[in-house]
Amino acid sequence: MLVKIFVSLKSGVLDPQGKAIERSLHTLGYGEVQDVRMGKYLELNVEASSHEAAESRIREMCEKLLANPVIEDYRFEIEG
Amino acid sequence: MRWGVIVFPGSCDDQDVFDTLKRDMGQKVKFLWHKDDLVGHFDCLVLPGGFSYGDYLRCGAVARFSPIMRGVVEFARQGGLVLGICNGFQILCESGLLPGSLVRNAGLQFVCQQVMLRVEETDTPFTCESKKGQLLKIPVKHGEGCYYADPATLERLRKNHQILLRYVDAKGRVSPSANPNGSLDNIAGVCNETRNVLGLMPHPEDACNMLLGSEDGRKIFSSIAAACAQREHRHA
Repeated sequence: MLVKIFVSLKSGVLDPQGKAIERSLHTLGYGEVQDVRMGKYLELNVEASSHEAAESRIREMCEKLLANPVIEDYRFEIEG
Repeated sequence: MRWGVIVFPGSCDDQDVFDTLKRDMGQKVKFLWHKDDLVGHFDCLVLPGGFSYGDYLRCGAVARFSPIMRGVVEFARQGGLVLGICNGFQILCESGLLPGSLVRNAGLQFVCQQVMLRVEETDTPFTCESKKGQLLKIPVKHGEGCYYADPATLERLRKNHQILLRYVDAKGRVSPSANPNGSLDNIAGVCNETRNVLGLMPHPEDACNMLLGSEDGRKIFSSIAAACAQREHRHA
């Protein structure tokens, strides 16, 4: 099954990249844009007997390696 | 005393640390390959700067799972001295040996410059030869050196006096303009609660010879050597 993982910076963590992107959007005339936060997106192909079985393994992967719980939050979607 | 310098794929200051310890400080030092287990007797392990595993995913995220890190964690738990410089600091944070994390510099630019550090605490093996408030001129060179910890962790660091080094101006004052990367509270270096693991972004190995513009980095290495000599003396 296809797993889509989204990793984002926690709200209190400075995100200078997001700020720079926001300024750039403003320069382009998109003044309505606020609070740009930049994150990471990962796609994984995972073999598992069920969604539940996959879920607990993916949560483990996220907490061990894919996200750093000190600075990042994560969420994921399972397809197929 | 014996020093070990751990070499990860992508380390690039391993040789600088090795040469500084050997030639400038007259120490016994050995390279340790990240894929090996930690064997032999060491007093201090150094995790050098660089871009271990290309900084993929997050700086230090992959290196913390290198085989040698199991030994490093155990060594630290038993009270062994561990010094993480720059990427080494990032690896120590990722591995949970140090609190907090290092994120992209606030100004987004890679910074490469001399900075002034103020020694905040002297009751550690890394700062015991310095005076409280002493200023050290040591260079930084990094893109992800902005120290972050959540408010509760930061409060604990202050309370336990774990902030050992801060970025300051030439007069020793903490100020936003003296902060090269946006680190919280101008933090340049923190130790663990048991005070045997230090991580810092500046490179003391690049400030041990006047050819490089400063010898202030010696204070860090000579403190460690003095602390180890004292430990040996106590155990003798």
